[in-house]
Amino acid sequence: MEFVQQVLNGLSLGSVYALIALGYTMVYGIVKLINFAHGDILMIGAFGGFFIMGAFGVSPTTILISFIVSMGVCAIIGIIIEKTCYAPLRNAPRINALITAIGVSYLLENGGRVLPFMGPNPKQFPTFKIQNYNFLGINISQTQIMTIAISILLMALLNYIINYTKIGKAMRATSFDMNAACLMGININRIISFTFALGAALGAAAGILFASSYPQVEPYMGFMPGLKAFVAAVLGGIGSIPGAMLGGFLLGIAETLTKGFISSKLADGVAFGILIIILVVKPTGILGKNEREKV
Amino acid sequence: MLSIKGLNVYYGTIHALHDIEFEVNEGEIVTLIGANGAGKTTTLHTISGLIQPKSGEIKFMGKPITHVAANKIVEMGIGHVPEGRRIFANMTVMENLEMGAYIRKDKAQARDDYEMVFSRFPRLKERIKQVAGTLSGGEQQMLAIGRALMSRPKLLLMDEPSMGLAPLLVKEIFSIIQDINRGGTTVLLVEQNANMALSIANRAYVLETGKIVLSGSSKELVASEEIRKAYLGK
Repeated sequence: MEFVQQVLNGLSLGSVYALIALGYTMVYGIVKLINFAHGDILMIGAFGGFFIMGAFGVSPTTILISFIVSMGVCAIIGIIIEKTCYAPLRNAPRINALITAIGVSYLLENGGRVLPFMGPNPKQFPTFKIQNYNFLGINISQTQIMTIAISILLMALLNYIINYTKIGKAMRATSFDMNAACLMGININRIISFTFALGAALGAAAGILFASSYPQVEPYMGFMPGLKAFVAAVLGGIGSIPGAMLGGFLLGIAETLTKGFISSKLADGVAFGILIIILVVKPTGILGKNEREKV
Repeated sequence: MLSIKGLNVYYGTIHALHDIEFEVNEGEIVTLIGANGAGKTTTLHTISGLIQPKSGEIKFMGKPITHVAANKIVEMGIGHVPEGRRIFANMTVMENLEMGAYIRKDKAQARDDYEMVFSRFPRLKERIKQVAGTLSGGEQQMLAIGRALMSRPKLLLMDEPSMGLAPLLVKEIFSIIQDINRGGTTVLLVEQNANMALSIANRAYVLETGKIVLSGSSKELVASEEIRKAYLGK
């Protein structure tokens, strides 16, 4: 029973990692950039929920509004970051954009510390009164149900967008071959903006879910889940959307199993241990393909 | 229809195209022939806006397109079948054609055009839901051509459509090109297979290390001693 309980906890944590990992993997798929500022989008999204539910209380309606507003705001922030910081470096060596991403990450974290309405100190995140449901000896909280349900809903929605809409198909085409996509008349800049917006919106949703489980917000809160989700994206195969989902769930479960059966102190170690192992054994990840370098 | 004047293109410090000048008139098949590295693909990429020239002017239907973004050039009516086909191998045949129709806003007419592509290439219809990467080389070339036709181009740029295909298929592809041309699409064809290219083209330009060294009607070029030795292997 304890095992099943920990797997369930892992699914809940993993679904958050999966949502964040999708942002990493989609952006990488299109512009070949590891957007290290992505974790901090999660923080901004969480603060969005904090302000809205702090002001209007916690109810299903305010939760819904929090998601919509945070996701919308973060989508716009994602586009602004891409246009101002990454777009000018598109033809520069890749390392330049990577370093810029780390810079943007610091800017967002320390910017949050300075802003009077955010500040450096952790703040209590408004949540439901904790209510646990119990069946067959397994506990599941309201927050966990919400986390898993919303994550699955968003992933299904993303899957629909990517596979069945015109812009989603154009994203796949661009990710496969940017020049060929250009020759189809696809506006690459728009596709890149859309990708950043989509990733940031998912990151914002993950932020609210993450903050609901560890009910506090602070400017550095996005750092650790951001890194872990990066591990998840690499584990599943960076650039692969199903890979990011799978990697997120696997990493979440590995982490909670470590916490439950070995030691909670080791959980982070296991997550980054997985990164090292995957990079040594199969650098393309579980679902990643061997990419041929095209000339 | 297409006129190019004084075109100079550089890759870094390498001078890839020297003062290229040529013209394509409406309804023609014009071919650019030349050896590997002569600058044929570079010329097509520059027309399509994938590469920016250092100097010179490209005009299409009287309008300068030298600095127009690649996706806008497609909208103006230039289609491009790229070298090596460059189909979206991870997407289905139908999705590839949909990408070709990306700029189309007239949905009903686009649907007719899918049918037009399928009647031209029945093999694609049989494989409509198949992932494009699993098609044979010839089928991929047909898909690349069909995809370009979906944008209803007035001018079709074709880059080495015969590359890597069996002789029988090469013949088929060339007869398809003639067919497309008879349907009212002007064709600018880049080929290493000079024999085949000259057999269907009205006029030809010969590129050598980034310069146009010869031009004329296909008949004249086929008859010229120089061309026969250098490109036709006779």
